[in-house]
Amino acid sequence: MMDFSIDRENKSVHVRRSFAADQKTVWAAWTQPDLLDKWWAPRPFVAKTKSMDFKVGGRRLYAMMGPNGEEHWALADYTSITPITNFTYLDAFCDADGNLNPDFPRSDWDVHFDGSGDTTEVHVVIKHTRLEDLEMIIKLGFKEGFTLALGHLDELLGQ
Amino acid sequence: MNPMKRDVFQAVADPTRRAILILIASQAMTPNALADHFETSRQAVSKHIQFLMECDVIRSDKVGREIYYGLKMDKMDNLRTWFDQLRRQWEDRFEQLDQVLINLKSQQK
Repeated sequence: MMDFSIDRENKSVHVRRSFAADQKTVWAAWTQPDLLDKWWAPRPFVAKTKSMDFKVGGRRLYAMMGPNGEEHWALADYTSITPITNFTYLDAFCDADGNLNPDFPRSDWDVHFDGSGDTTEVHVVIKHTRLEDLEMIIKLGFKEGFTLALGHLDELLGQ
Repeated sequence: MNPMKRDVFQAVADPTRRAILILIASQAMTPNALADHFETSRQAVSKHIQFLMECDVIRSDKVGREIYYGLKMDKMDNLRTWFDQLRRQWEDRFEQLDQVLINLKSQQK
């Protein structure tokens, strides 16, 4: 169902998945902060967007909030936007004020939407500058316990 | 770099080391047999083998007068675990997105 691959030669992660909604709706879920916050963080983390200016040169500043009150701040600097088809950004780890953490590498994200009626395929490519960066991100993800239960299904179904 | 800090990720970060791992994954090999597969000097291959030993992803077995290098499969599984972990994060995330989309669609109706 989900196509996930790591392309070591190109130092990139590829994720491809179809969603049961039209392209406009899927685009909205990826580009509006209130919607993004409902799904972006893998359980048990919760995403909270502090600010978001969805335009080229604009930025999303958000936190991944852990169950014990820990906060991991990150940002996205939007580099191109082609409405409902594609957007790209440069990510980074940072503090609550958006000051970049120089210890962590940035990576290039490319999110592509291909809709056909009530189905939309999303293709995400995350390109890292160095292979070591990719491995560091993988390790970091593991260490911070971005685990992996079935998501927020219960909460969302209850809404 | 402190050898103690080397790990499976550094082991696979270099194309020659990846090739060495692939070769010895199928069968244990002597340093000479390994070096025959590469155009680089034996010394260069030997350095990569040393590096892989420090990463603790290969082991050496002495058979008679020869040393054979073999893969430590459990260490390589470790790498697979990281990837599975990352993949599961995305699956988890997308299941949540599925629900967001269901809710959006029901609001549209």
